[in-house]
Amino acid sequence: MSVASIRYATLDAGRSYWGLLAVLAGVTLVGLAGFLHLEHEGHWITGMNNQVVWGIPHVFAVFLIVAASGALNVASIASVFGQVTYKPLARLSGLLAAGLLIGGLVILVLDLGRPDRLIVAMTYYNFKSIFAWNIFLYTGLLAVIALYMFVLFQPAFARWTRAAGTLALLWRLILTTGTGAIFGFLVARQGYDAAIMAPLFIIMSFSFGTAVFMLVLTAACHGSGRVLGDALLFRLKNLLAVFVSAVLYFVLAYHITNLYATEHHGYEAFILNFESLYSKLFWIGQVGFGSLVPLALFYAPRTRTCRISTHVGAGLVILGGLIQMYVIIIGGQAYPLVLFPGMEESSSFYDGVVASYIPSIWEFLLGFTGVAISLIVVVAGLGALGILPEDLSDPKPAG
Amino acid sequence: MLSVVALTAFSNASAEGLGPFIPKAKGEQCVEPTQVMRERHWEFILHQRDETMYKGIRTTRHSLKNCLECHVQPDEEGRFPRSSEMSHFCTSCHVFAGIRVDCFECHADRPHEAYSIIPRHSRLSLNDLFRRRSVQ
Amino acid sequence: MSLDLSRREFLQGAGAAGALTLAPGVFLHAKDPEVPVTDAVRWGMLVDTRLCQEDCDACVTACNEEHNLEDLGRPETDAQWIRKLTVRDPLGGRTISLPMMCQHCENPPCVDVCPTGASFRRVDGIVLVDKHTCIGCRYCMMACPYKARSFIHENLTEQLPHAPRGKGCVESCTMCVHKVDAGENTTACAEACHKDGHQAILFGDLNDPDSEISKRIQEFGATQIRADLGLNTGVRYQNL
Repeated sequence: MSVASIRYATLDAGRSYWGLLAVLAGVTLVGLAGFLHLEHEGHWITGMNNQVVWGIPHVFAVFLIVAASGALNVASIASVFGQVTYKPLARLSGLLAAGLLIGGLVILVLDLGRPDRLIVAMTYYNFKSIFAWNIFLYTGLLAVIALYMFVLFQPAFARWTRAAGTLALLWRLILTTGTGAIFGFLVARQGYDAAIMAPLFIIMSFSFGTAVFMLVLTAACHGSGRVLGDALLFRLKNLLAVFVSAVLYFVLAYHITNLYATEHHGYEAFILNFESLYSKLFWIGQVGFGSLVPLALFYAPRTRTCRISTHVGAGLVILGGLIQMYVIIIGGQAYPLVLFPGMEESSSFYDGVVASYIPSIWEFLLGFTGVAISLIVVVAGLGALGILPEDLSDPKPAG
Repeated sequence: MLSVVALTAFSNASAEGLGPFIPKAKGEQCVEPTQVMRERHWEFILHQRDETMYKGIRTTRHSLKNCLECHVQPDEEGRFPRSSEMSHFCTSCHVFAGIRVDCFECHADRPHEAYSIIPRHSRLSLNDLFRRRSVQ
Repeated sequence: MSLDLSRREFLQGAGAAGALTLAPGVFLHAKDPEVPVTDAVRWGMLVDTRLCQEDCDACVTACNEEHNLEDLGRPETDAQWIRKLTVRDPLGGRTISLPMMCQHCENPPCVDVCPTGASFRRVDGIVLVDKHTCIGCRYCMMACPYKARSFIHENLTEQLPHAPRGKGCVESCTMCVHKVDAGENTTACAEACHKDGHQAILFGDLNDPDSEISKRIQEFGATQIRADLGLNTGVRYQNL
């Protein structure tokens, strides 16, 4: 299949298409109603408090933003590294990245204590803050994706595809570095303050983004009656398997390094000893169901060529990714700050004890809203633009 | 929500005359001519805000606190209006102009003297109110 | 003319209110309100833990009253600008008690991470939140090594004129900046500790070698909490 011959078509806007959009809009509306309630009452109605200041909304938001970066994998491989097989999927890759990014950003904004001051966030900058840099990196990536999509859609600009793709690749690598650095730069917290956070988040983005891409691609093909070839799907699966293994490697390196330093044993025990909730989530959710089970499904002889196993595996990677975010974001805050190393601390402000955090429905509503908005962008894009090729079946063997 | 209620209240009031209800202030003359204040009071307050916040300059001429000292006065029963009420100087005019301000989400909405006459237990009863709600 | 009169009356009223709360022997030398603060002074506090009683929380109560930090019965979300911390050495079991609050770092992590610059350090060393530009992202709370900050989780209506605070913003100890600017040369916590006869908290100018706080530090030395972070805190401790 030559690149020039790819024909793209919009999704047919039938009943199921509008039905899906209506459901997503409904979820968004419910979520926004929840936001208005939260905004009116204040954050005391959530599970977040003065000890665990970032909760479920941030788990969803960071996951979506990281996955957005990874959703561009296919675009990068096609446009920068010249893999022809992925060329037909580059447009979907760009659209999905934009959708996930917008959904994640919406959550972050809606969770602010003063969401009405978004204009302040846009006009006052402290350039020593990695958070301020990320505001540029996130909005900038949307612009870069728009540029990349423009080049893809205009045959006259085809020779700029590689340049635009390279810009997008570099930008998203910096973006995920910046997102990981939000945690890596927290010098005082026992679970953060680690340079490996930046590359860990990059490799997590590759994994989560590819998994989301596979499921969205499959759903879009299924919903529009397109045939998605086995070769393409399993190629993506093999890629995902490498990324899942790489995430495990980085997690291993992080914990091994911490385990070597006695000062970190408290935090390591908290995450690894299988007693705290976060430890159970780590072993069962992140490592077990989020990594080892998908790897088994992807590599085992009986399931490696099974489409259902592939989809289940990708779904588990997403679930494991959310759990990993929970362990990193909530677990890192729940573990007590050490003010006096080697001493036992106690106070009325929960010094020296593991902070409690019970997520509330309002936080989940914000998270679901972000996911729904991401999907609305993707579904609307698929319906309005020629994103998806008409034919994604495997090329016929010659002769 | 508040502004909707207040707007309704105002539309009744405006049937009697044009312009917002302006409560009587202490003293005879504002820190600037009335017309200048109408047009630029927010500039003065904004400027003073940053001067105070970052430089510790606490001159009173253009401070929000000083506005309240004169413009928020007790009624016959000695009660000071709150910013949630149309009888509050700032609220009355801002509802008329349809411009929402959030100063009083954080700032005290009454002059200094209002606090010396508020019995301490009235604040505690508010605490109790919050506490009851949190228990539910 | 009448305007000037009313302003003078107001200033006199405020001055009288301030003088009432002063400890005997402490002079009121108010900063000229028109003159910006400078880095010629660095305000700080010195805590002597030997003088701090474990069962006493006068400093906490004083701070809560000074800024009307209401107890809403929700300890996990209620604001605490200052708290009593008990530190126990597992070897031997020696226990010390100390007040923990914003340490007013020279290099504050909260200021570094704040995206809008709302967290800032005044040139005289006081670390503050400009609540006009705080968007409530809470990154400063993640970054603070001392857990000194609180997020306001609900609507407030009973704020005091000198202590504006409200829903959706982060706040912390202001080193009683309103008292400092009025020249009271003390903080609510130091004052309360003094009144209770413990004198464990001393407020003063760390840049002035003749100030009592500097003299005491020169003579006995003082420790920073988490000195390893290199933040050069404005609150120092003795006998940790």
